Amino acid sequence: MDGKVVDTSKAYEVALENELLVTSSPHIRSGETVQRIMLDVIIALTPAIIGSVYFFGINALKLILISVASSVFFEALIQKMLKKPITIDDLSAVITGILLAFNLPASAPWWLPIMGSAFAIIVVKQLFGGLGSNFMNPALAGRAMLLTSWPAHMSTFTGTRPDVVATATPLAIMKYGMSPDGAASATASATTSATIEAVTSATSAQGAELPELIDMFIGNIPGAIGETSALLLLIGAAYLIIRKVIDWKIPVFYIATTFVCLVLFGVESEFLPYHILGGGLILGAFYMATDYASSPVTPIGRIVFAIGAGFLTALIRVKGGYPEGVSYSILLMNVATPLIEKFTKPRVFGGAK
Amino acid sequence: MKLENLTFKGGVNVPHYKELTEGLSIEKAKEPEIVYIPLHQHTGAPCEPIVKVGDSVKVGQKIGQSEAFVSAPVHSSVSGVVKSIENMPTPTAQNVKCVVIESDGKNELHESVKPKGDLENLTQKEILEIIKEAGITGMGGAGFPAHVKLSPPQDKKIDTILINGAECEPYITADHRIMVEYPEKIVFGLKAIMKSVGVDRGIIGIEKNKPDAILAIKEAIKNKPNIQVATLKVKYPQGDEKRLINAILGRVVPSGGLPMDVGTIVCNVSTTKAIAEAVLEGKPLYERVVTVTGKGVKEPKNLLVKIGTPFKDLIEQCGGFAATPGKIISGGPMMGISQYTMDVPIIKGTNAILVMTEEEAKPEKVYPCIKCGKCLEVCPVRLQPLYVGGYAIKKNFDKAEAYNALDCVECGACSYICPAKRPLAESIRLAKREIIAKRKSK
Repeated sequence: MDGKVVDTSKAYEVALENELLVTSSPHIRSGETVQRIMLDVIIALTPAIIGSVYFFGINALKLILISVASSVFFEALIQKMLKKPITIDDLSAVITGILLAFNLPASAPWWLPIMGSAFAIIVVKQLFGGLGSNFMNPALAGRAMLLTSWPAHMSTFTGTRPDVVATATPLAIMKYGMSPDGAASATASATTSATIEAVTSATSAQGAELPELIDMFIGNIPGAIGETSALLLLIGAAYLIIRKVIDWKIPVFYIATTFVCLVLFGVESEFLPYHILGGGLILGAFYMATDYASSPVTPIGRIVFAIGAGFLTALIRVKGGYPEGVSYSILLMNVATPLIEKFTKPRVFGGAK
Repeated sequence: MKLENLTFKGGVNVPHYKELTEGLSIEKAKEPEIVYIPLHQHTGAPCEPIVKVGDSVKVGQKIGQSEAFVSAPVHSSVSGVVKSIENMPTPTAQNVKCVVIESDGKNELHESVKPKGDLENLTQKEILEIIKEAGITGMGGAGFPAHVKLSPPQDKKIDTILINGAECEPYITADHRIMVEYPEKIVFGLKAIMKSVGVDRGIIGIEKNKPDAILAIKEAIKNKPNIQVATLKVKYPQGDEKRLINAILGRVVPSGGLPMDVGTIVCNVSTTKAIAEAVLEGKPLYERVVTVTGKGVKEPKNLLVKIGTPFKDLIEQCGGFAATPGKIISGGPMMGISQYTMDVPIIKGTNAILVMTEEEAKPEKVYPCIKCGKCLEVCPVRLQPLYVGGYAIKKNFDKAEAYNALDCVECGACSYICPAKRPLAESIRLAKREIIAKRKSK
């Protein structure tokens, strides 16, 4: 019996035909696969998907399905056009689709997720090299693009069933609703998309009252369809941590830093729970900030990344023009990731300091 | 100090597959008709033959040696006639000068093979000379000549000898069976090593998946207060000597350094047995225990094999192939070397022959790196395998070096865990070769 030397990275293409395969060690592999990791994230998101339909009705399901379908479609389309192997079977586009939809209000028109996923998949993900090479979280970048382009559609939030009417999110109420001139101050220079968003939020926030904390926890509050239920998101997050798909350090340091910074910025203690449970912080910390490609791989880098995102979130919420701030914090830290990795290279075993 | 359940940072849980042979006693392999004894089975200078074609040789007779300090002589494993001296492939190299000996089946011992006297009466120097003359090399890994390892420079103060009984590679049970069946030889060998280095503390480290070996060794060290057993958590690569030192002694061997830099020397179980036999029986290293295993062989076995026996003979003795073989590996699945022919001989460092079926050997499809960071979590050296390997694949070896490629111990944990099935350890290994070659050419 004779052997055959093959390139290890191409070895799977070679038929053995009764010859011995010669490759470099190791010769066994774990059962971990990219698909399995992505499937785990989808499993983890399932309670929140079901919750979103329960809280916001069939329109939520419609948006999620359109978003997922268009994400997968655009991935296949752009890969076909660029003559690259089509990799929709890795399931990563499905996750981008779900997360993008989770950031939309239930009242969003059907074409909004299509625009968002086209930008997320084609521009942010595939043009930068596809899965693993995107420098930003595609779903968040998609959301940011939608918010800039169609601010009114992106910030007209509806309450939960049965009375699905336009209303304000708890964070918008805290930001604009508490002062009598909230809307007025926001309207003062309504020329940019950011202020249009602020006006939309602030107008509905006028005179509104904060919901009960238990409703915040369960998710029975106005907001983007996938971000409102801390409970359902945390169930999925626990699954991901147990399965070791995500590193607990990122969400824990993220949320803790947000909390500490809010306290330091003088936010009153009665509002703190609303800040933690609302504004997509749970969704962002557990499902967006943990995106592999756009967060550091180094252990210390992950903590630095999380602390940075936490600080920025608190800063935007207290001093900035937006009521929530999670998306932009994570996107900013995404861009800082290569730099963070450079400065947090682990010291090798037995290596000099 | 309690030495129980010790471990190191990083590493990965790999399936053991040891159930195939862990309960099987060591059997003597069938006498080979022809042996092919490579003159270079170790790290260091190759040996020159000291026999000619047509010479009669006996078991244990020295047939090759070198003047260099870092080298180890080789001995005949059979009695018979030298048929030829020719270049042949071995499990670790393409072209090695081998002494081909046809056995006469009589197994006559050479007159030099006789007990070397009481350990009590031997001096440090005499023990080292015995070890050197017996041609003993590290039998678990790189095949470093034992007498060199046991002669540290004056300024390196050694306080503890560690015996490596971790055997963390999946499938392999050679050391395990030796500890179960010859515990007193391990203890004697350790005592000889301790005396040769002038140290009075010895520790035998064993992974906890070998409770019978732990029991046997504990029984054998009763009333020997300066020898202890350390039990180790089951985790790969616990048997890497720097991981072993870290787990048992809590010491960190500096990057690029050796165990002696932190006051210790590590010997593998098979090596220790060989040292015991060299002193007790005057027996040179001409046979060793080899685990022949894997789904691809009909009856996996632990065999006592003469050095120079072709792989083919041993696979035949284990009932032949159970299925179409895909890979034949010298060593274990994590660090072993896949062979392109079964005509290679067993050498001093061959602890196993693993036959993987065609099904098992089929490589998996490689996906792009998703930056999950799992390779960082398992790397025992705290490298960033995704970047070192990534630069290596792009042939940017300077960058790979800047990412500490040379610190890689090639354990393969990163490639094992990688969900994208990337050839991380493989490409880092390539980078190491390139970096070292470049340094040498300067």
